[in-house]
Amino acid sequence: MRRGLRIARVLLSTQYALMLEYRAEIALWSLSGVVPLLMLGLWSQSEAGQALGLGATGLSRYFLAAFVVRQFTVVWVIHAFEEDALQGRLSPLLLQPLQPLWRYVAAHLAEQLTRLPFLAAIVAVVMLVHPQAAWWPSPRALLLTALFTWLGFAVNFLLQTSITMLCFWSERASALDRLLFFPYLALSGLLAPLEAFPPGVRSLALATPFAYQVAIPARLLAGEPVAIGPALAVLGAWLALLLPLCLILWRAGVRRYGAMGA
Amino acid sequence: MAMISVEGLSKTYRVANKQPGLVGTLRHALRRQTTDVAAVADVSFRIEPGEMVGFLGGNGAGKTTTLKMLSGLIHPSAGRVEVAGHTPQRRQAPFLRQITLVMGQKQQLLWDLPPRDSLRLNAAVYGIDDREAERRIGELAAMLELGDELNRPVRKLSLGERMKAELLAALLHRPAVLFLDEPTLGLDVNAQARVRQFLAEYNQRFGATVLLTSHYMADITALCPRVLLIHQGRLFYDGSLAALSARLAPCREVRLELTTILPASSLERFGTIEALEGRTVRLLIRRDQLTARVGELLAALPVADLEVRDPPIDELIGTLLQQGVIG
Repeated sequence: MRRGLRIARVLLSTQYALMLEYRAEIALWSLSGVVPLLMLGLWSQSEAGQALGLGATGLSRYFLAAFVVRQFTVVWVIHAFEEDALQGRLSPLLLQPLQPLWRYVAAHLAEQLTRLPFLAAIVAVVMLVHPQAAWWPSPRALLLTALFTWLGFAVNFLLQTSITMLCFWSERASALDRLLFFPYLALSGLLAPLEAFPPGVRSLALATPFAYQVAIPARLLAGEPVAIGPALAVLGAWLALLLPLCLILWRAGVRRYGAMGA
Repeated sequence: MAMISVEGLSKTYRVANKQPGLVGTLRHALRRQTTDVAAVADVSFRIEPGEMVGFLGGNGAGKTTTLKMLSGLIHPSAGRVEVAGHTPQRRQAPFLRQITLVMGQKQQLLWDLPPRDSLRLNAAVYGIDDREAERRIGELAAMLELGDELNRPVRKLSLGERMKAELLAALLHRPAVLFLDEPTLGLDVNAQARVRQFLAEYNQRFGATVLLTSHYMADITALCPRVLLIHQGRLFYDGSLAALSARLAPCREVRLELTTILPASSLERFGTIEALEGRTVRLLIRRDQLTARVGELLAALPVADLEVRDPPIDELIGTLLQQGVIG
C-alpha cells in the first residue's frame, strides 16, 4: 500500500513536471475544447432554454459547466500509446514492475492539473462576457460533480484503452477512435442538453458512457437535478464490463507484441 | 545452476509480401500474402552467474530478437528459456527486478526532464527508498563520471552523457542480469572506453551476468572472454573469444591516405589490397606482422594519414561462414 502511494505520488509529480514543459500546447488544447462555449453563444440568442425547462440562465450555466467538465474527461491514451508502441518506447515500460497503463493514467491526471489555470482564465472571461452564466455551485454539487466527472473519465479511459489494445494487432489503431467520436458528439450532451433529445434517444444516451462524460456532470455542476442512483448504476455497469475487457485484451495483446522499433 | 538457460529457442515472424506497383497494391489489399521468417532458429546455450558473454552477428542475424526473448519482451515461438530461475515472458515482478535491457539507440529516460526525475521514478517503481536510491545514484554516477548532467534535461545532453545516464537508470535497481544491445553505438572513442570500463567494473563489483551485443569488436575483446556467434538466426559458435579471434579477425585493416596515386603493384608486398581508390588504400595485414609492415610502409610510401582498425564484424563473419571456417 505504502509502495503504491509512493509510486502514485512520484508518478504524478513527474508527469506534472513533464506536462508543465508542454504548457503552451496544453493551453491550446484547453482552447480547442470550446464547442460548449460556442453552443452557449448560439443557444443564448434563442428561446430554447425556456422550451427545455432550463431557462436562459440555466442553459448558459449548462454549457459553461459542460465546457468545464469536458476538460477533465478528455482521453488521449490511444494516441500516446500508439506512438510509444511504434517508436519502441513501450518496451522499457514493459520491463518494469509496474503496469504501463498506470503511466498513462498519471499523464492524463497531470495534464488535467496543468489545464486548471488556463481553464480558470477562460471561465473568468466567459463570466465577464455572460454575467448571467456566473454562479457559485453548492459544496454538494461540487462534490457530486467531482465524483461523476472522475467516474466519467474512468469509463472513458477504459473504453478508449480497450480500443488502444488493438495497437497490438494493428499499427494504426488510433483510426478506430473515430468510431467513438460521432456517438460521443451526438450523445454526450456537448452540442445540446439531453432535454433537447426525443425521449427514446435520451434513454439511449443515458445507457451509453457518453452522457456521463459531459451531460450528467455538467447538470450536477449547473445545479440541475440528476437521478444519482440510476446514473451510478450505469457507470458501475460500464466499469464492470470495461475493466476485465481491458485486462483480457492487454494479456492477449502483449503476447503478440513484436517490440518493433525497439 | 545456470543464470541463463536456453534450449531450442526459436522465433518466427509473419511478414507480409507486397509486389510493387498498382496491381501489387490491389492484390495485396484483396488477398494478403504472408511469409514466415525465422528470426531465431533452435538456439541453445547456458550462461553461468557472473559471466560476461559477447553476442556477435551481423545485422538481422537474430541477436536483438534473442535478447528480447531473454528479457521477456517478446514470446518465443518455440523452445524453453529460463533467466534467474524465471520464465521471462511471464514478466513477473520478481523477474523484472533482476534484469535490465539496455538498447543503445533507445531510451527510457524522460526526454524533456533531467535524468534525476526518471531516477526518482525508477526508485519508486523498484521500491528503493530515497536514501538508498541517493546512495546508489552517487555510487553509479561516480563510476560513470556523471555529475551536473543528471540535473540537465535529457534532450540537452550529448549522446555519450545520455548513454551513461541511461545505464545509470537501467542499473539503479541493481539487476543481476544485464542484456545490453549495442550500448556503445554511435559514441565517440572516449565515451565507448568509459562505458566499457564501467561495465567491467559493474560486473566485478556486483557479480552481474552480462550478455552484450556490439558492432564494435573492441567492446567484445575488452569485456567478454566468451562469445556466441549467431548468423541467420542460428548459433554457429559458442566458445572462447581468443579461439574465435584467431579465426574471425586474423588480420587488421590499415587505411592509408597517400600524397600521390600509386599502382597496386607497389602496395601488394605490404598486405592484401582490399580497396584502392585514388590516393586512398585499404590493406589487410596479419596481426602478427602488423607492427613490422606498418613500419615498412611508413618508410617506403608517401603516407599523409594512417588508420588501423578491425574490419567490420559483419563482413568477417560473412566471409568466414562462406569459407566454412566456422559453422
